[in-house]
Amino acid sequence: MAAGFDPSGRLPDVFTNAGTSSFTQFLTAAAPELLPGRRPLPPGMAADIAPHATTIVALASAGGVVMAGDRRATMGNLIASRDIEKVHPADAYSLVGMAGTAGIGIELIRLFQVELEHYEKIEGASLSLDGKANRLASMVRSNLGAAMQGLAVVPLFAGYDLAANDPAKVARIFSFDVTGGPYEERGYDAIGSGSIFASSALKKRYRAGLSLDDAVRLAVEALYDAADDDTATGGPDLTRRIYPVVMTATAEGTHRLTEAETASIAEAVVADRMQNPGG
Amino acid sequence: MAMQFYASPEQIMRDRSELARKGIARGRSAVVLSYSGGVLFVAENISSALHKVSEIYDRIGFAAVGRYNEFENLRRAGVRMADLNGISYDRRDVTGRALANAYAQTLGAIFTEQSKPFEVEICVAEVGDTPERDELYRLTYDGSVNDEPGCMAMGGQTDGISGVLRGSHRSDMSLHEAVQLAMRALSSVGGEGGAARTIAADQLEVAILDRHRVGRTFRRITGAALTAVLDHEVPAEEAEEETPSAAAPGKPTSSAGSADLEDKPEASGD
Repeated sequence: MAAGFDPSGRLPDVFTNAGTSSFTQFLTAAAPELLPGRRPLPPGMAADIAPHATTIVALASAGGVVMAGDRRATMGNLIASRDIEKVHPADAYSLVGMAGTAGIGIELIRLFQVELEHYEKIEGASLSLDGKANRLASMVRSNLGAAMQGLAVVPLFAGYDLAANDPAKVARIFSFDVTGGPYEERGYDAIGSGSIFASSALKKRYRAGLSLDDAVRLAVEALYDAADDDTATGGPDLTRRIYPVVMTATAEGTHRLTEAETASIAEAVVADRMQNPGG
Repeated sequence: MAMQFYASPEQIMRDRSELARKGIARGRSAVVLSYSGGVLFVAENISSALHKVSEIYDRIGFAAVGRYNEFENLRRAGVRMADLNGISYDRRDVTGRALANAYAQTLGAIFTEQSKPFEVEICVAEVGDTPERDELYRLTYDGSVNDEPGCMAMGGQTDGISGVLRGSHRSDMSLHEAVQLAMRALSSVGGEGGAARTIAADQLEVAILDRHRVGRTFRRITGAALTAVLDHEVPAEEAEEETPSAAAPGKPTSSAGSADLEDKPEASGD
């Protein structure tokens, strides 16, 4: 696995040198094949070879951030997965979700999670929220070649900023494009194929300083609106009991809402839409 | 051309051993012991920033004595190796034994090939489901590795400290009892004329691998929390729902985050 095995049997120099605290930088030297964007691709478009993950929304609330994602992955006109999980904790105080080529997105999230934990263990301190966003931006950028051939993936990153002095600025959201970014968003953002509909819904309903519970409800509503108009976004699946993944990051850390909680919120949203389909 | 003096391989090894042993014995000591709630690390360390005890992975900790630059080098290598294996396979596939092996190979190669051996002694500890399943590995400067059941001491005047430790160690100790024992063992040597001495709480570096946590189990105990643990019995944190070993059945396979981050969703209804 690791390049340059030492004939003496000791760990190769790349493991022991003091060089870097970054896991991706370490991989560049030790096992470059584990990094996305390092693989040679044949020329031509490859957009249709793998499932695509779709809509993610994130909202800033008074207590922290909320991020939610639908559960659908599509391949052309087919549904590739009904229960994919696209929102994950990046570390104890931040969340990451992805849209685009699912396989590369999952790899990106996995690497990013290890990147943050690795830095924390090596240095004995966490990166700043901005540092994490910049690190994620450079990881997205390294996939640019594949993105140009149709294998694009963009993450959405949100976290509770422990270093913020102003209580109105503890909840922060960053979006990215295929060339990196990052762009800090005000209040809310959505990515993926249903993002136009989700952010339109949020634009009308979002108010600064809303409570965490309201933000959770609003996130599920926005995903419902996205699923309403975008075939690649899945709505709450009441028959199979598959509901959106909803996570929060607050002063207490990250938390994933239990299945029972998301079920009751999703059912309430659906019940309201029975009365008024437009929300 | 300068005449090279002949030195027998035996003599060279003996000299290197002596150098390493002297270097390690000069430093302050560290002890590692398993107790009912996990594995406890206690090191005498006046610095609060330069650590002798660190986290390697979910259930694996690292303690070292000797030269800082040399064991820091090994610690980084351990974190890198564990994270590399964790992302290549799964978090559950990272083991203390594999890490101890890699350290043994590395220390052994350095001892035989380089003119100066590493003046370090390290402990790789992995916390198990029960105290009997805890794994404590002692690695010395020459690459030899020993499995030490229950408790171990390294650095400084190890013999005296080990004696106290072995004499009173039980695997069903509480955290308070374990810290007290570690403190008693460390302070049993080094006083005037080999007598006991007192060590202040701020000269100790204390950390645990918490058996009952899921995901990352390593916690440092500092400041007021340390004084509290030293002074009296502290009720164990309400043990989070106990999950056997590192296995987290609810953790999605697409995530590389530790199980404590991925809150386990309730079993779905279908």
